[in-house]
Amino acid sequence: MSERADTTDPSRRGFLRRAVAAAAAVTIAPGISLVRLADARPPDQRVTDANRWGLLVDASKCADGCGACVDACNEENGLKGTGRPATDAQWIRTVRLRDKATGRETRMPYMCQHCEHPPCVDVCPTGASFRRADGIVLVDRHICIGCRYCMMACPYKARSFVHEDLTGQKPDVPRGKGCVESCTLCVQRVDAGDRSTACADACAKAGHRAIVFGDLKDPKSEIFDLLAKLPTRQIREDLDLNTGVRYHGV
Amino acid sequence: MSPLRTFFYGLVAALALAGAAGGAWAEGRTPLPTITKGKGDQCVEPTAVMRTDHMRFLLHQRDETVHGGIRTKRHSLKECIECHAARDATGKPMPVTAEGQFCQSCHSFAAVHLDCFSCHATTPDK
Repeated sequence: MSERADTTDPSRRGFLRRAVAAAAAVTIAPGISLVRLADARPPDQRVTDANRWGLLVDASKCADGCGACVDACNEENGLKGTGRPATDAQWIRTVRLRDKATGRETRMPYMCQHCEHPPCVDVCPTGASFRRADGIVLVDRHICIGCRYCMMACPYKARSFVHEDLTGQKPDVPRGKGCVESCTLCVQRVDAGDRSTACADACAKAGHRAIVFGDLKDPKSEIFDLLAKLPTRQIREDLDLNTGVRYHGV
Repeated sequence: MSPLRTFFYGLVAALALAGAAGGAWAEGRTPLPTITKGKGDQCVEPTAVMRTDHMRFLLHQRDETVHGGIRTKRHSLKECIECHAARDATGKPMPVTAEGQFCQSCHSFAAVHLDCFSCHATTPDK
């Protein structure tokens, strides 16, 4: 069997072909064209810091009583409840903030904030907790010894520990007992060239569009646009972690 | 018969018995692994190389995938499962760790513990 580098499905390939045709159509001079192809990384190339993946959460759009993002995350990553919610893995949760002075409540989805300077990586004794070049903070489960220092260090309480033997994992999302885990920004989708996460998709499908996924470094991305336009904040800005997840309306 | 001589004859008898038992073992009391044929004509590397070095490929690939985001299929565990998971009569894939299946069968023969599948899926997606 030879190396199969091309994993694009036929429909995507068709789209790319049309895109190439479109790009060719607007070439105004040799070497200069108005349209550049979307930078889908081939599967044999390493991730680089040319991208920084992140999320923009608009808390004002997050609808009360909706848990579409949480359900979609659980489905995408094969997270199943054990009936013991205190220890079940939560990669994303919805939180409610209440201003004690005014009583105003804000609701928003909350997950690993994918810091540029992640405290979980600082404290990991084995190097299992790491930040990928494209900004996604991950746990290498092959190296994780389950000490849970990272869980202590994370100011966002974003990580979970798998306490029990698991079965029926998703082929793209291996996970098992004795390891710490958290939101991966749907890294399996990012690597496949998808430009959305399960939570963002579900939120859009539910009609709220409170979560937008994208490349914080790509001036042509929606998230770049929105970040330039909207006043946004990082949670715990005081820690200077430069998070990849930004919030509007909190 | 002196006690020493009794002991000596006893030892010889015991060794002979052990030898006979050993011979029987070698001739099939431990079943040979059942190697089910995977999809396609040939694996990603020659069979002899795969037998000795599959773990080297997997270990290399896992680091590349987890840290570098490299998702080539050639040495990926997911693709191993894709080809080597046998199907039952109803066409449903069987776990590679089930009794007599590809991974389990050989690993049990070689008495090597199989760790991959406490985390990794044992059947293909579909």
